[in-house]
Amino acid sequence: MAEFVWLIVVIPLIGFLINGLLGLSSEGYRKQKSVIGWLATFAVFVPFLIAFQIFLEMNAGSEPVVVRLFTWIEAGSFTSDIAYRVDQLSILMALVVTGVGTLIHIYSMGYMKTDEGFYKFFAYLNLFIFAMLNLVMANNLLLLFLGWEGVGVCSYLLIGFWYKDMEKATAANKAFIYNRVGDFAFLVAMFLVFRTVGSLDFDVIFSNLHLFNGDIAFWVAVLMFIGATGKSAQIPLFVWLPDAMAGPTPVSALIHAATMVTSGIYLITRFSGLYMTSPEAMLLVAVIGGLTAIVAATIALTQYDIKKVLAYSTVSQLGFMFLALGSGGFVAAMFHVVTHAFFKACLFLGSGSVIHAMHHVEHELEHEGKHVHFDPQDMRNMGGLKEYMPSTYKTFLISTFAIAGIPVFSGFFSKDEILAYLFNAGLGEFGAVYYALWGLAVLTAFLTAFYMFRLTLTTFHGTFKLPGKFKGAENAAKYLHESPASMTAPLWILAALALVGGFMGVPEFFVTTFTSTDATVNWLYAWLSGVTVRAAIILPYGVKWTLVAIAIVVAVGATILAYRMYDNDKGEATDAAIRERFGSLYATWEDKYKFDEAYEAMIIRPGNRLADRVLAVFDVKILDGFVNAIGSIVQFFGSLLRFVQTGVINTYAIAFVVGVILIIGLLIF
Amino acid sequence: METLLNLTIYLPLLGVLAILFAKSDELVKWIALVFTTLTFAISLPLIFNFDVAASDAAQYVTESGNLVFGLDIKYIVGLDGLSLLLFMLTTFFGPIVVLSSWTSVKKHVPGFFAMLLILQTGSLGVFAALDLVVFYVFFELTLIPMYFLIGIWGGKGRIHATIKFFLYTLVGSLIMLVALVYVGYHAGNAINDGIFITDWRVLSGMEYQIGLVEQTWLFLAFALAFFIKVPLFPFHTWLPYAHTEAPTAGSVVLAAIMLKMGTYGLIRFCLPLFPNAMLEFAPAIAFLAVIGIVYGAFVAMVQKDVKKLVAYSSVSHLGFVVLGLFALNTIGVQGAIIQMINHGLSTGALFLIVGMIYDRRHSRQIEDFGGITSIMPVFAVMFMLATFASIGLPGLNGFVGEFLILMGAFNSESIGSIWFAIVATTGVILAAIYMLWMFRRVMFGPVLKEENKKLVDLNAREIGLLIPVMFFIIWIGIRPTHFTQYSEHQVNVLLEQAEQKRAAIMEASHAADMPAWAQRLYDITPNYAEFNQEKTNP
Repeated sequence: MAEFVWLIVVIPLIGFLINGLLGLSSEGYRKQKSVIGWLATFAVFVPFLIAFQIFLEMNAGSEPVVVRLFTWIEAGSFTSDIAYRVDQLSILMALVVTGVGTLIHIYSMGYMKTDEGFYKFFAYLNLFIFAMLNLVMANNLLLLFLGWEGVGVCSYLLIGFWYKDMEKATAANKAFIYNRVGDFAFLVAMFLVFRTVGSLDFDVIFSNLHLFNGDIAFWVAVLMFIGATGKSAQIPLFVWLPDAMAGPTPVSALIHAATMVTSGIYLITRFSGLYMTSPEAMLLVAVIGGLTAIVAATIALTQYDIKKVLAYSTVSQLGFMFLALGSGGFVAAMFHVVTHAFFKACLFLGSGSVIHAMHHVEHELEHEGKHVHFDPQDMRNMGGLKEYMPSTYKTFLISTFAIAGIPVFSGFFSKDEILAYLFNAGLGEFGAVYYALWGLAVLTAFLTAFYMFRLTLTTFHGTFKLPGKFKGAENAAKYLHESPASMTAPLWILAALALVGGFMGVPEFFVTTFTSTDATVNWLYAWLSGVTVRAAIILPYGVKWTLVAIAIVVAVGATILAYRMYDNDKGEATDAAIRERFGSLYATWEDKYKFDEAYEAMIIRPGNRLADRVLAVFDVKILDGFVNAIGSIVQFFGSLLRFVQTGVINTYAIAFVVGVILIIGLLIF
Repeated sequence: METLLNLTIYLPLLGVLAILFAKSDELVKWIALVFTTLTFAISLPLIFNFDVAASDAAQYVTESGNLVFGLDIKYIVGLDGLSLLLFMLTTFFGPIVVLSSWTSVKKHVPGFFAMLLILQTGSLGVFAALDLVVFYVFFELTLIPMYFLIGIWGGKGRIHATIKFFLYTLVGSLIMLVALVYVGYHAGNAINDGIFITDWRVLSGMEYQIGLVEQTWLFLAFALAFFIKVPLFPFHTWLPYAHTEAPTAGSVVLAAIMLKMGTYGLIRFCLPLFPNAMLEFAPAIAFLAVIGIVYGAFVAMVQKDVKKLVAYSSVSHLGFVVLGLFALNTIGVQGAIIQMINHGLSTGALFLIVGMIYDRRHSRQIEDFGGITSIMPVFAVMFMLATFASIGLPGLNGFVGEFLILMGAFNSESIGSIWFAIVATTGVILAAIYMLWMFRRVMFGPVLKEENKKLVDLNAREIGLLIPVMFFIIWIGIRPTHFTQYSEHQVNVLLEQAEQKRAAIMEASHAADMPAWAQRLYDITPNYAEFNQEKTNP
């Protein structure tokens, strides 16, 4: 079956072409919304089935299968194919992308039902899946880069989906341009890799890792990581992701939580062998990841926009994954990628369900003749929604438990792995830094549980606050309703996965401590052992269990604290108290550490000014002025010589005689 | 086939004859369309029958007797790997350019289309010519119709723009003419019994070698003409004026075809004739190219006129082409050659698109637009494709060229430092910035201007002329080897020959035993070299 892997990639492309071209050219087709929706969904579901079949035929020891389609770019000694690689890592990613992708397609049929750009939306989604699959299935860096840029374009198109709103179009631009900064580093990394091994093929690179001596390994690793900070929203390039929430919510779930933003983690995992040879690069990855995790978590604490909280939470969780990578836990990072895909997709789709309901309320009130304008994403307008939206509430709650790291939920296992790896790295080179990062990670885990329950409790518990806040919205509650089955069904599936997904990576020592045998309960480890290198865990049992205990105490403690502080409509009072307590620190969080303002003041505005007031002026006045000056000089001499050409014969005769005398004189003397 | 090649070159001129007898403007347009389409059609067998394996030798060669008594100047035309794609690009754009002017040209219609057709013949001749004098004649021939196209059918500042364009490029080519005559006599003395000769096939061979000192001056003279034409920073200031003032058809031909004559000339003439000077000046020229890439992008960023923005983006993009050429390795040069085609397609498409919106709105100011996507959805799709092609998105054509050029420059021995490539790579960020800023302001947001609400989407003619361009933008993006195969072999051969010739010339110049610093001095200082020459050959 593996030889049909190209079908996995091509089918979504076909879906994109059919929906895109027919939709663009035919008014009638645009109205066939169920045809469009199901076609697009199957264009992702069929690849999922194929991927699943390939997955079933594989085992942890399967050799990678490479399917070559044709030569893409070739010149001189450089050649790069369109070739797909089936191995344990790529098939895992393909399953996540197509699996979560299918659910989100189904959800979108309900969510986007009334949108006039319905066909466009599904065409873009299919195109995104196509690009994402290229990214994860590629057998060389160049094809991976095609996917890498491709998902960037789809992200651009979907963030700016409602392009009539200039703010959304600006957010789309911002996403693409910040990603391009990362892509610049990615390109240079490719040049360096080619210079070192003479190829961009994974097989060639991995079998020639010894050619990357110290410095080159460091630079390739750092450049790839810079690329990853763009796509996976890390400091310093993370600022585009919160703005990217301007896109429709299913997009936020699929692209900006579950799949695209994890490409950076995938890339580094793919090159785990290279990263392990450069401890300095690993340290950089971990430090950036740790800083991003805490920075984003503190910002999330202060946000009121339900999607913004989730966005910062995503940035923070991605930081967690980079912490794992930087401490040698490549499998742990992939583990968190997968569980995060489940619970964060569920959370985003849940928030979409809530926003959908709030929009409906606004719409119905409008219908009633009451023009009440409120922000349907502001959680201060919500509260008590669990009565009206039971499915959304329950699935949201399960996912919150998962992200908070409450035991047996999926996030518990994956987060625990990461903390263990960090502590373990403390025993190696740069140990002190890793211990500090572990502390930072525990603090972040605490904050994560805290702000997530703040969000859940403010939204779903207590009383519905909209009627009390806006005049004319007194009977708004009667318009609240649960979303249709097409939206709640994906929620339940994702919630179920968020609940049990952690069992694919149960740490070995959970069993070995008690049975004192070599057990292989950790399926994910076994599955990925052939395709990743990883640091060895050398912690004794006692330390491991202590770490688990700390993680549980932190998660449960934060949850209880959040319940006491935010349940029963205490939210706004509590936020005010926290603001009071933390003072300027809270202001910094609320201002998002002023990253955007700093870039604006230090790079964007000076750059613009340089272009506008210096270079553009230089071009017209100096460079072109110089050209004009030469023209003027010629004109000037021409105008001088004009006096000689008087047209009077006498003058010419005199000049003639003088000339003759001069020549004769020269000849004689 | 030789006849077919000549027919392709001169068929547009026959069209001009036909236009002389045409009674109505409508008929003139149809004649122009029929002749350019026919030209394209009969040029197709040239690419289908092209022998890729023998691409280093000119094919379909026509060679006349001596045109001038006592001088070995012959009419020689033919196609090889270097020229084939550019030749085809020129015939391909013929009908597209005619169609793009169908309704927008209203005054002196016969004159306009006659100029377009003359321009077509001139451009085809430039790419097919294999004799330096014939090349020069065609090279100058293209100036005249373009001069009138801008000067008569251009915008408000057309006179200033067209005079600047004409004089600036003419100054360059006159200097080249002097050098060309010198080369003709020099080659005659060296290998042709004292008879002036300018046959490219002879001059590019191993037998003909030019000494280091002469090479330096001759290279500078040739290169200046080509740099102005490209245009390479800082010789680019004529371009924004010419592009902005030219009618759509003029801008398209200028961008897609005429700018390529500069880069084409560098690889066709400078590399085989002056291999040592190419190498010697490679870092300096790469430096200018990289400045051009970054500088052009920065200046493009703050333009208020869409056309001017695209013009400055050309400065940036052609910086890439020059950088690739002077990488002097197969990857870079191949990248440069395919990038010439790519730039022709994507920038050509952008100018066509700007022309379409100008026809409707009579403005090119970015601030006059906004929210056009919702009013002209098909237009939006075309514009977006062209924009992403120009940004260099993988899967579209622009990426292939840029990537190969940067890869070539990064690994280039002639340029000598990876930093040129790294700085040039920032061009991909800058391109995204200026193109997407422009696109957002023109296409997205609410429709604020009343005039824009009534705009109609593209008609069948406009869609029809854009689709072929888009088709190639995607085709080259996905299967670039279908196109790069034509030049691969010849580029390898040329680079190898240049290498050998370089070594031979160095040897003959008695420079090999000098210390490195003196050798450098030797290359650039005529007096010292002459002195040295006299000393060794008393």
